[in-house]
Order: sequence, then structure tokens, then C-alpha cells
Amino acid sequence: MGWKQKQILKAILVIFVIAISVASFWHSGINLGLDLAGGTHVVLEAQDTGSREVDAQTMTALNRIIERRVNQLGLSEPRIQRSGDRRLIVELPAVDNPDRAIEVIGRTAQLTFRDDDGEVLMTGEHLVDARSEYDQMYRNPVINFQLDDVGARRFQQITQAMIGEPMQIYLDDEWLYTGTVQSAISDRGQIRGFGSLEEAEEIAILLREGALPVPLSIEESRTVGPTLGQVSIDQSLRAGALGLLFVGIAMVALYKLPGLIATLTLGIYGMLVIGLLAGLQAVLTLPGIAGLILSIGMAVDANIIIFERIKEELRFGKTLRASVESGFRRAMTAIIDANITTLITALILAYFTVGTVRGFAVTLIIGIFASMFCALIITRILIDFAYDFKVLKGGHNFVGARR
Amino acid sequence: MNFDFVGNRKIWFTVSIVLIVVGILFLGIRGLNLGIDFQGGSLIEFKFDERVSLDEFRNVLAGVDLDDEGAVVQPSDQEDIYGIMLRTRALTPEESQELTAALRAEFAGVEQLRADTVWPTIGEELTWRALLALVVASLIIIVYISIRFEPKYAFAALLAVLHDVLIVVGFFALVFREINTPFVAGLLTIIGYSINDTIVIFDRIRENKKFKRHKDYKELLNASIIANLPRSINTSLTTLLCVTTIFLFGGVTIKTFMLTLLVGFFAGTYSSIFIASPFLLTIEEKIPALRSKEA
Repeated sequence: MGWKQKQILKAILVIFVIAISVASFWHSGINLGLDLAGGTHVVLEAQDTGSREVDAQTMTALNRIIERRVNQLGLSEPRIQRSGDRRLIVELPAVDNPDRAIEVIGRTAQLTFRDDDGEVLMTGEHLVDARSEYDQMYRNPVINFQLDDVGARRFQQITQAMIGEPMQIYLDDEWLYTGTVQSAISDRGQIRGFGSLEEAEEIAILLREGALPVPLSIEESRTVGPTLGQVSIDQSLRAGALGLLFVGIAMVALYKLPGLIATLTLGIYGMLVIGLLAGLQAVLTLPGIAGLILSIGMAVDANIIIFERIKEELRFGKTLRASVESGFRRAMTAIIDANITTLITALILAYFTVGTVRGFAVTLIIGIFASMFCALIITRILIDFAYDFKVLKGGHNFVGARR
Repeated sequence: MNFDFVGNRKIWFTVSIVLIVVGILFLGIRGLNLGIDFQGGSLIEFKFDERVSLDEFRNVLAGVDLDDEGAVVQPSDQEDIYGIMLRTRALTPEESQELTAALRAEFAGVEQLRADTVWPTIGEELTWRALLALVVASLIIIVYISIRFEPKYAFAALLAVLHDVLIVVGFFALVFREINTPFVAGLLTIIGYSINDTIVIFDRIRENKKFKRHKDYKELLNASIIANLPRSINTSLTTLLCVTTIFLFGGVTIKTFMLTLLVGFFAGTYSSIFIASPFLLTIEEKIPALRSKEA
């Protein structure tokens, strides 16, 4: 392959990397974590009960019911994921009343019909539908519910025996309504006594989507309001841009043209990382930014190691071409060993941990790959270009090379 | 340049030991200012349309009766807003709603800037998992460095990491700044930085050793540290510049995190030069089992 073809091939590689990154970002965008974008993050843990131990099946059922509840609440783009053996993580975009949403989502919502002594006569497991309505005759919000065949038969028997007596309706431990049984009821019933239609609708959702098989406890909830979310994004972006700008200025001041090349490489590194984050659908959180800062530091360090090595080689009296060649070769082992050691730490963290620390580890892994690629391949190509086009010169551009 | 980094190692070790002991003393006396991520509790920050005094806020709080003697009301550290921060035991969603409703009844434009509630188990678990991960990572790193270098390099590198972690933890015990999970992320970043910084110097030692130009191990270490000095200085200058910028302009949310990095990067650069490499000579002299096979 001739000199020209090699040049063209290298240029194509660089442009290809940039293009793929931009396209990936364009296509998927970056998922910002709730700590940056605003929203609510809830960690729920399934609790064993006397009759049921939490297993994979329970978790699947919980996941399904919670997903339906969230959808019924009309929240856009919720994310629900399993975490470990008995945890669910629910992420909601910014909502008006996050506490209320958390309450509704995490509630067991077991409907019970009880007699006057509090004895449970029947549960809501046979309920097939529940709708909130404004009852015209009764002039109050109500829930009309419907039972399946088995439930209807049993309800008929129960109510038949209770005509004239009060029946209490509970949702978990919350008393909803006490009504006197007028006549035997089979498949359709009504719950009254709601303060507002909104309240009735929330409970109707819980009834309709069914009770959770086991209770959930809230382990952690974090809400970032829309105002703070926007502030965080603005400040992080501004600080990040300033940080990179100063790094660029420092690199140019220290290494002149090669410093400029390193800055360009950092720009490409930035695009590559954004492209990878978008392509892998990773979520960028505050700790994730921490991982990126470390990998930027390592990318800068890699360039500095290379340039210092080239300077040393120049001092030994080698030609520029030979110095670049051996400078890169000698820097290579240091960069690779340092990055692999950090990569080991990141991989193990990603495997063992969840949440915050995992977010850090995942972006660090992405960042390490991007930074090694940039330092060892992109910087090299750009330095070669600069050399081939005769803009890279020995002493003056590698300031400090002469003793 | 002729500076005896290795020969003067007792001085550097003493400086570090003194710093670490001071840190550990503070750690023992006062401990760390653990935030809700570790201890559990609620931290809710409210924004208002107009200035609300802490006493006005406390009055509303008293009406809600959260039954928490330890509740702390303080001004928000966010800039340019009328904000108040409340720390209490972990509140249930019902209690939190009740509080917000009571505030809305009293003040205009009440918005929750953020509301974090953590039950203690999660923070503990996170810390334990991170520690477990680090122990496993350390073991694998020992194996990796032992293969690529020699076992003694692995121990020296991990000593430097431990040094940096202790310095940073001690610093946070000393200034008693509140720490949460970002602090853990910060410590992990420092560990990565420290290993990276140290390995690059070790790489130079490994390379110089092949040339056999140096009369003894001590001279080899000194020469390698000095050869790597421009890189150490330039890298730490550049990264510290970046971190300082973000510390100053990144907003309140990431201040603690950036402070962790700032202290840690200083410690990391220092320990690579003054602890890890000189310690190689200590191992060489004191622990025959880890001595290099060829001089």
C-alpha cells in the first residue's frame, strides 16, 4: 500500500469514528439520570410473608403489576428494573406530587370485605374491574367494581347471610367504607365515601391492577425537582466545558502543536464517549460524570506520557520520525498496564455493586476504552499527519526537548 | 537533576504517617459526618417565592408533628433562590405529603427542589458491596501486577492506594464535611488515579532495569522517578486544573465530590513519587521473600 493510500485510510478511520459517534448520539440521544434530569427514583424491596416467600415468580408478578400501575397513573417513560433478588427500582420522570406517586406505586392494595368484628369475609382477588365514577343519584364519587364468576357466587352467599348488617371495606389497613347490606349482591358492587374523584380513581387503579402478591417496603426514594435538575445540567455542562477548555489551554501551553493535537484528540474522545453512551443506552448520572472525569484525566495523562517520551528520544539525538516512532512504542506499555489495572477495578465494581457505584464503573469502562483508542490510535494518526504535512518540527514544537 | 527521592524515604514516610495518624485521631474522636446515604433519614430542600425565615419554617414544622427531636432546619446552599433544607429521620411518603401541604398552606410558590429518603440498610449495603468489590479488585490487581512486574510492585502500588484513601478519609474527618454516596464514587476515582499514576512510574523502573545502566537498585529508582517527573508534574497540573474548575463552577451538587478528587489527586501524585517507589527499596531491603531475583 502506498503512502497516499495509507494517509487516506487513516483519515477515513478518524472521520468514520466521528461520524458513527455523531450518528449514534443523533439516533438515540443520551439518557440522563434522574439526579441530572429531575425525576423520582424509588427502590422497593419485596418482603416475605407468612404464606409466601419472595422468589423469581413473585418478582415478575410485582414487576408487572407495578408497571401497570405506573402506566395507569399516566406517567410518561417510566423505567422499572429488577435489582438483585428482591428489589425493584422504579424511575419516574418529573411528576407533580412524587410522594403521592410513590405511595400509590408501593402500596400492597389488598381489598378486604370484613364483618362488624373485623373478621375477613373475602378478599379482592376475584375482582375483575373497578371504575371510579361520579354517582348522580348519590352525588358523590364512587367506585363500581365487578367480580368474576367464582367471586360473584361467594359474594352472593356472604351478602345473603348479612342482609341488614353492616359490611366494612378495607384497602390494606385503611378503612374505606362501611355499608349496610340491603340485598344479596353477586357480581357488581359499589364502594362509596370518597372525598374526591381523584382519590376514587387512584384506588380504582389499585383495585383494577390487583394487589401485590407480597408487601413492598420503600428502601430509598430520591426526587430531584425540575428546577434543580435544570440547574444541575446547566452547571455540569458549564463546568465540564470550562474544565476541558482549561485542559486544552494547558496542553497547548505545555506542548504547542502536539498539545493542540492532544486537545483535538480530547474533542474526538468526547464525541466517542457520547456516541458510546448513546449507542449502549447507558444512563449518565452524577457518579457517571465522575467516571468520565477520571477517564479524561487518564486520556490527558496518556498524551503527556507519549509527548514526554518523544521529547526524551529527541534529546538522545534521534530524528523526529524515529523519536515519534519509539516515543509511542515506549509509552505504550505504561499506558496499557495503567489502563488495564484501572479497568480491572472498574469491571469488578460494575459486577459487584448496584446504583451509584455501578454508574461510576460503567462510564469508567466506556471512558477507558475510548481514551486508550484515542491516545494510541487517534493521537498517533494526527501526529503522523502533522509530520507528513511538515507542520510538526523537532525542537520548536516539542518545546523543552533541547537541553 | 539530582535528587535523592528514595534515600530520603524516611522523611516522606514520616510526613505521611503523621498526616494519616492525625486523620485517624479525628476519625476516632469525632468520626465522619455521615449523610443520610449512610445513616438513613430524609433530606428535603424547599424553594419558596419569597424569603422564609427558619423560624417561620420551624413553626409550620411544629404543626405537622413529625415527632423528631433531631430534625435540623437550615438555609439551602443553592445560590440565587429562597431555599430551606430540612433533615429528619426517614419520612414516609404520607408524612412528606402532609409537610408539603402544610407549607403550601402557609407560603407561596412552594417547590421541592429535591427530596431524598434513605432507610439505613441501603447505604450500609452499598458501602459493604463497594468494599467487597475493592478487596476482590485488589487481589486481582496483585496478581496482574505480579505477572506484569513483580509481586513487590503490587504491594507498593496498593500501599500507595491505601495511603491516598486514608489521607482523604482523614481529611474529611478533619473538616467534618458531610459525606454521601458521591464520596464513595470520589474515593473510587482516587483509587483509579493513584494506581494509574503509580504504574506509569513502575513501567519506567521496569524499562530502565533492562538497560542495567544503574549501579544499584536505589539509583535505578531515583533515575526512573526523575525521568518520569515532567510527566508527573504536567499530568497533575492538567488534571488539578480541570478538577479545580469543576469544583469552583460545577455547583453545590458536586462540590463534595470534587473536593474529594482534589485532595485525592494531590495525595495520589505525592504517593506515587514519595511512597510507592521508595517503598520498593524498603521491601527490597527488609523483605527477602519479595526481593528481585536479579539485581
